[in-house]
Amino acid sequence: MRNKKLVNYAKYGYLFSIPFILTFLIFTLYPIVYTFLIGFTDLSGAGNTTWHLITSKDAVGGPKGLFDNFIAVLTNGSFQKAFSNTVIIWTINFVPQLGFALLFTAWFTDRRSKVKGSGIFKILFYMPNIITAATVAILFNVLFGYPKGAVNDIIIGFSKLFGVQKELMQSDPKAWELAVMFDFNNNAWALKLIVAFIQFYQWYGYTMVNLVAGVIGISPEIFEAAEIDGANRVQTFFRVTLPCIRQILLFVLVTSLIGGLNMFDVPQLYADEKRANGAIMTLNMFVRSQGLDNRYLYNKAAAASVIMFIVIVALSAIIFFILRDKDEAKLKKLRKQELKALKKGM
Amino acid sequence: MSDNAINKSSIRKNDTALKVVIYIVSIFFAILTLFPFVIMFTNSFRSTFEIQGSTLGLVSAHPFQNLAKNWNEITNKEFNPWIGFRNSFIISTLATILNVYFSSLTAYAISAYEWKLRDAFNNMIVGIMMVPGTVTTIGFVQVVYQLGLANKLFMFIIPAIASPMTVFFMRQYLAASLSMEIVQSARIDGAGEFRIFNQIVIPLMKPAIATQAIFGYVASWNNLFMPLILLTETEKKTIPVMVKLLNGDIYRREYGAIYLGLLVTVLPLIVVYAFLSRYIVEGVALGGVKS
Repeated sequence: MRNKKLVNYAKYGYLFSIPFILTFLIFTLYPIVYTFLIGFTDLSGAGNTTWHLITSKDAVGGPKGLFDNFIAVLTNGSFQKAFSNTVIIWTINFVPQLGFALLFTAWFTDRRSKVKGSGIFKILFYMPNIITAATVAILFNVLFGYPKGAVNDIIIGFSKLFGVQKELMQSDPKAWELAVMFDFNNNAWALKLIVAFIQFYQWYGYTMVNLVAGVIGISPEIFEAAEIDGANRVQTFFRVTLPCIRQILLFVLVTSLIGGLNMFDVPQLYADEKRANGAIMTLNMFVRSQGLDNRYLYNKAAAASVIMFIVIVALSAIIFFILRDKDEAKLKKLRKQELKALKKGM
Repeated sequence: MSDNAINKSSIRKNDTALKVVIYIVSIFFAILTLFPFVIMFTNSFRSTFEIQGSTLGLVSAHPFQNLAKNWNEITNKEFNPWIGFRNSFIISTLATILNVYFSSLTAYAISAYEWKLRDAFNNMIVGIMMVPGTVTTIGFVQVVYQLGLANKLFMFIIPAIASPMTVFFMRQYLAASLSMEIVQSARIDGAGEFRIFNQIVIPLMKPAIATQAIFGYVASWNNLFMPLILLTETEKKTIPVMVKLLNGDIYRREYGAIYLGLLVTVLPLIVVYAFLSRYIVEGVALGGVKS
């Protein structure tokens, strides 16, 4: 009876999905397929839209091997550098990000000593996340400026406070100031650390808010049981809280990883891809510089995108596999088998 | 008995010590969070000369004269916040409306009707969600060239109709809150399917729509990657693309102007956040838990 009624209305399911499907086909699926395709062509040159397969005779520069663009990208020194930069910056940002987010989560959700004002702290810590990344990047660039910037002013202030090199300071204040100040924005490792710090600064609050929500969602009875069993704070956190928020940890890890591999706004606006021999050139900056910055090597840029895509899918799959709920996976399998058995029976 | 009392008091002492640590670290992070914005704010009211003396000074002798001078300095050149705001406003508003409306409609199509390709469609949406938009850059740029849409705001508005993330979220929400009995009784009363969606389902989804609208708006407002590539005419630049000018050669060493320019671009966001922060923080949590 119920099924019959629903079947009558099936056409509305299709009808209401049409706007989504049409837009999706034109602006998402087609670009995805096209990006994959371009990776196998000779397409380059500003605004050019005609191309030949890279293996055909008409291809610019003669026919080449099918995977020539991919090989060219993978063996390109800039690409390798961009790849390692992206991984390094993401890791430097993510380890403390997750660490502090977990620490604040443990503190703000503690049942035994309620922290007053945790709501205000949460709101403050989350704020940098909604501010335009482009603006934050340039703001930090000015703050770390050389010779004049807030951070260098603080360093000088502290040096004065602790009377470092007093004689030098008195003999030639100008020279002394230059000796203490540091040109952050032209040093490869300083640049990496600063970009990682900006990522940390923008995302630790977001991660914390997610984790706190997860902990609040845990049934209080579980914590009561742990308390009665005599578990202390640390034990409760590691043995009860963490396993219970595994799903959210997975969500945070995967979104951060995908976001991190796509890092663009902050490094691009903090300093371009050429600064300090490409110290903060990320994968997306590489794609943009190949495809759209004077060079217009669309085919190489597309190949680089496809490689990024494969890396992201592979890493996400690995994380899912490691953190998957083993019991639930078993249940699902059982359910599927039951369904199959039922169908066969019918 | 006395042992127990000692135990309790030592626990309480530990608690106080822990609380002190919690507050010190939290306040440190709060200062760290606010510091860049405070510097940006105070230096907008200071002259470039004063800033070169020290960035950390708080008050200037002529704050409003400096502000006016800094303002002239930025607006005399290519940086035009009004054009940026106008373009960002048009794109973000229209894109957000399309995003929440059509995502709700699609989610409703999946939740309320049983059709043959429904499960396939649903699985596709979940799969596509994992594909980051930037991976399709080159293909998207080519599509824009082919359709002759370069430097048209339109191309950042229409794609918002198909947003798998929002559909996924809306579907989760509908699964928990939509009862088919209401829909059935509306049908008995003779309402058409489209009218049921607009007049019954949409009001039902208000909390989910509000959350998604806020995040959609902020994401669209802050978007840099594609606009930076595709909006090259000054008249079409959005705020994040406009901000990039502040890092270029034209404002080199005009610190007062740079700080003021940055302040102007974040002011609307900070005002919005001041009013909506509670909902925003709750909304983040909702998204995370549901996924």
